[in-house]
Amino acid sequence: MIAAAVAFAYLAVVFYIGVFAFRSTDRSGTVAEEYFLAGRSLGPAVFLLSLFGTNMTAFSILGASGHAFANGIVTYGLMASSSALVIPVTLFVVGTRLWALGKQHGFMTPVQMFRDRWECGHVGTVIFAVQAVLLVPYIIIAVMGGGTTLQTVTNGVIPYWLGGAIVSIVVMGYVFLGGMRGTALVNAFQTVLFLVFGTVAMAVVAYGIGGFGTAMESMLSSPSTAPLLTRERISPSFFFSYMFIPLSTIAFPHIGIFCLTARRLGHFRNTIVFYPICILAIWLPSVFLGVVANQATAVPAIGAKIEARTALAVQGPTLSIEERDRLRAQAAGDDVILRLVEGYAPLWLAALLGAAVMAAVMASDSQILALSTMFTEDVFAFYGGRRRFGEAVQVQMGRTFVVIFTAVAYAIALKTPQSIFDLATQYAFAGFASLSPLFAAALFWKSSTKWGALASTVWVAMAVLAVAVVQTVVPPPAPGTSPPALTIGAIDFVTRGPAGLTVVGFLPVVPMTIVSAVLMVVVSKLTAVSVPGNRTLKKYFPEAGLPVPSARPRRPLGAAKPD
Amino acid sequence: MTTAAAALLVALLYVLHQDFWFWREARPLVFGVLPIGLFYHVAYTVATALLLWLLVTRLWPSHLEATRRGEQ
Repeated sequence: MIAAAVAFAYLAVVFYIGVFAFRSTDRSGTVAEEYFLAGRSLGPAVFLLSLFGTNMTAFSILGASGHAFANGIVTYGLMASSSALVIPVTLFVVGTRLWALGKQHGFMTPVQMFRDRWECGHVGTVIFAVQAVLLVPYIIIAVMGGGTTLQTVTNGVIPYWLGGAIVSIVVMGYVFLGGMRGTALVNAFQTVLFLVFGTVAMAVVAYGIGGFGTAMESMLSSPSTAPLLTRERISPSFFFSYMFIPLSTIAFPHIGIFCLTARRLGHFRNTIVFYPICILAIWLPSVFLGVVANQATAVPAIGAKIEARTALAVQGPTLSIEERDRLRAQAAGDDVILRLVEGYAPLWLAALLGAAVMAAVMASDSQILALSTMFTEDVFAFYGGRRRFGEAVQVQMGRTFVVIFTAVAYAIALKTPQSIFDLATQYAFAGFASLSPLFAAALFWKSSTKWGALASTVWVAMAVLAVAVVQTVVPPPAPGTSPPALTIGAIDFVTRGPAGLTVVGFLPVVPMTIVSAVLMVVVSKLTAVSVPGNRTLKKYFPEAGLPVPSARPRRPLGAAKPD
Repeated sequence: MTTAAAALLVALLYVLHQDFWFWREARPLVFGVLPIGLFYHVAYTVATALLLWLLVTRLWPSHLEATRRGEQ
């Protein structure tokens, strides 16, 4: 009962924050800008905490500790320290320019900027469609995460279906009422909560387990756990591939849109400098606790996971595919932090920590809002909806979209196995990373064209689909084996490992991003006749000193123009 | 600091992420708890923050700040 009470108190607080944001709206900007971008007026602290919180999905927190539980300390290098460099650098180089262009020309989504930059209409719609399809699995998986977490922290008092419904209604409520301002405030609150309770969890587990030093020495003395403290099980090319994954962040629509919400450019300064520190503060406890969980065999749920993993490693090749899948599911460590806290913290504290984990899981709010913003701006407004019905109707349309989409995501979450969406999010990271050359070309290469952008986007869509199909058709092999899926000459070009596909030893994200960039360059060169006129280029490259022809008519923002 | 120097520093840090020299080592345990490979990446994260501080103090694109709606 205590756990349920704490979880509900937490949900009530975040809902109140959304309502509070709705009431305190100053409405200094346009109606749509206020709802979708918080009037471009977020202050420095909220901007930093919320931008970071927006990027902290269920995958980041629960996935990090689960990955570390199975793979060891390598998780930090794969996902945290790579992000610590690449994400702030992309915010510095691309995010600041997106902010300035948004402020200058009124853009509310990256697709609006692409349409204006490359003087295109329907090519922008293709980019919108690919971004939207890649984003949807995240939202569904967050609904599932909410349901699972509420079920776990209340020890099953609240079943999965009810937990998912409650979390969906709360998220939908504050996104509906508070828009971007409510979402940003909730995200900032959740980030602070997770930072505080992550530290508390470290202390509680350290005490419960008898000290981290003892746990480490014990792990080093066992041949089964010692490799978890090194990276000997991971190849250097696999490790290197993860330096491409954080390129996805700036291409995520909810991050691109969030860059437009800062009141001043200066608010990016602290965000860029402190982003790595925030990563350190949240990921180090998550990864470390995930690794240490291997010593927490006294916690029955964790002991069962370790037994399943051992069985998989020892008997793997002789087991049927179904039996391997069952053991994999049993060994999965996504709930390992919750189990650790449950095992070592008093009930009230475990409930509080569970609420903090739920905070991370509920990061779907900004993605739902981003989809709503994209739909209303890139489709409804672009194809004449705002002209015909006005801005107030556009905002109502955005709110309606939030309600309908959340309901559909909830319905899908009830009917579909989570593993499908786990897989989908794997593709999505690679997909968004491969879209990053679009941003680089739009902002830094005058000769890029809409056809180059289209070629890159279509390539990304096809590559994501191909990886998804191959990974679904070819089942995961036994642990420790990586049979070839495609051999060219004497080279195993594509191999299928237990964790997914690799291409010549690299994750698919590496060739996908490189080919996307090459296509952008080659196709743009081949279609140089489509380079936008100097009036457009001058907006993006004012320092280039381009002459502005007076004869070229300007097309109002949001008006359709056929490709 | 020039843009080229900044790009070089970012590239250097990008390369330093691939720390093959601690690949198979767990010892020493720094502070008695952190395996050396993990400690390296924690230190790398702090170094990243320092580099970013350098970038925003020396190469801040303040010309973007002056933009207002409708200006070109």
